[in-house]
Amino acid sequence: MDSFHQRRRRDLFVAFIFAGLAALAPLFVKDVYVQNIMVLTLMYAALSQSWNILSGYCGQISLGHALYFGIGAYTTALLFTKFGVLPWFGMLAGGVISALIAMGLGYPCFRLRGHYFVIATIVIAEIGLLLFHNWTWAGAALGIDIPIRGDNWLTFQFTRSKLPYFYFALALACVAWFVTWWLEDSKWGFWWRAVKDNPDAAESLGVVVFNSKMGAAAVSAFLVAIGGSFYAQFVSYIDPESVMGFQFSLLMALPAVLGGIGTLWGPVLGAVILIPLTELTRSYIGGSGRGVDLIVYGGLIVLISLARPQGLVGLFSSRKVPAQ
Amino acid sequence: MTALLETRAVWQRFGGLVANSDVSIKVERGEIVGLIGPNGAGKSTLFNLIAGALPPTQGSIWFDGEDVTRLPAAERCERGIGRTFQVVKSFETMTVIDNVIVGALVRNTVMKVARRKAHEVLEFCGLGARADVLASDLIPSEKRRLEVARALATEPKLLLLDECLTGLTPIEAQKGVELVRKVRDTGVTILMVEHVMEIVMPLVDRAIVLDLGKVLVEGKPTDVVRDPKVITAYLGDRHAVGA
Repeated sequence: MDSFHQRRRRDLFVAFIFAGLAALAPLFVKDVYVQNIMVLTLMYAALSQSWNILSGYCGQISLGHALYFGIGAYTTALLFTKFGVLPWFGMLAGGVISALIAMGLGYPCFRLRGHYFVIATIVIAEIGLLLFHNWTWAGAALGIDIPIRGDNWLTFQFTRSKLPYFYFALALACVAWFVTWWLEDSKWGFWWRAVKDNPDAAESLGVVVFNSKMGAAAVSAFLVAIGGSFYAQFVSYIDPESVMGFQFSLLMALPAVLGGIGTLWGPVLGAVILIPLTELTRSYIGGSGRGVDLIVYGGLIVLISLARPQGLVGLFSSRKVPAQ
Repeated sequence: MTALLETRAVWQRFGGLVANSDVSIKVERGEIVGLIGPNGAGKSTLFNLIAGALPPTQGSIWFDGEDVTRLPAAERCERGIGRTFQVVKSFETMTVIDNVIVGALVRNTVMKVARRKAHEVLEFCGLGARADVLASDLIPSEKRRLEVARALATEPKLLLLDECLTGLTPIEAQKGVELVRKVRDTGVTILMVEHVMEIVMPLVDRAIVLDLGKVLVEGKPTDVVRDPKVITAYLGDRHAVGA
């Protein structure tokens, strides 16, 4: 019993150390390109951590989370450009809308099990992508150029420095991590893992399987949408392909898969390895190298599934990591 | 006082197959009732109907004076029906204690209380030393115990044990029998499906024999085993007494 609480305290402590070190990193890293990679790494750590809630803990593998990412980005951008609503409120609105959509979609989809569910998530995200492609009011295929109103925290726009984005991304990663940490030792956390392992047994023990999935979907979509809102501000130009494309769904799943699906540290670890690696490959191989990063992902996944199917986290932890 | 559990004229059809036909049984508070019968008699189906894993085609199920026929399994668990599965369904990627906590959360919303409760139940079931082991690392007899522990953590009034003593070595089975008695002594009513007669008969207060989906005989275990109809059902006509 004590070992359990000790481990949780240790996790929290380690997270504080990491967050502290990360916060100091910009003092030493002045290169804008590297800072850019750090922002993306933190963002994907946060996204993957959020994806992990539904797909890792609750076991409902989604390859359509780009939808929530895109909705977050579009909500913020549209509210700002059309109605002058500050991105902070847009962020919140995007999160809530995504959570509601996730539950609305979950209602029919959570009756599907296994592969059928995965396919449904892919298809629905593609439908979303097509809708935004053709939605004139939302900029259709041309997308939305977010007008720059000068550097300040109110409009969350910074043209001269990446650092504000860096700290926001760090905060987001910390929040996503902390939410996961907190949920791990909650009724929901236990319900989700039970649902993943054996829905019938879970149901017989009083777990309302359907509600558990809905809860996981809502939390997961909310956090991913916040990430999408952030991304819209960060790149200040969005179009359907650049915020809702299938690659985002993959990029959210891969860090968790690489690091350890359904584990607390997996997504962070996976993102720290995967994102810099792919960014660097892309820049070194040059313009025609767009596919090479994908080859790197593929290669890593193959390597991982052969050598350590439960993810890299197992290498660092004395605690047994559940195999998938 | 009404019976704790009552099935009233329950039918279950799977396509053309009639798994349960017109089954009416009663389980009184504090009893250990054995549900026996040859393979395919409809025991597991009846269990699933009582636990809420599937709705009956016809008929009604009453628990603690209320009609629970249309309630989903989770809701019935909340009302006080706990069950184990014939094919064990542990949460394999979770530790033993975490498995039991899932059950304990039905009655305790505070995590610390649920954890304490789960530890108590594990001790009670003789799995205390295995708390931090992954469920997938347990040996079969321990997995059976875990099934019981998990169900007990939900603090059931009625515990449904689906062949929890089958396939164990004689010593393990004996320990299982002791556990079942201990559970009953805490005031839990037990309905158990079991194949192994030598184990069930001394354990249960009353036996209900199902055959071909129908209630064949019910009564004291000593009477039931001598009943010609039961012998016929198990061994065929040629072995019936006096044949």
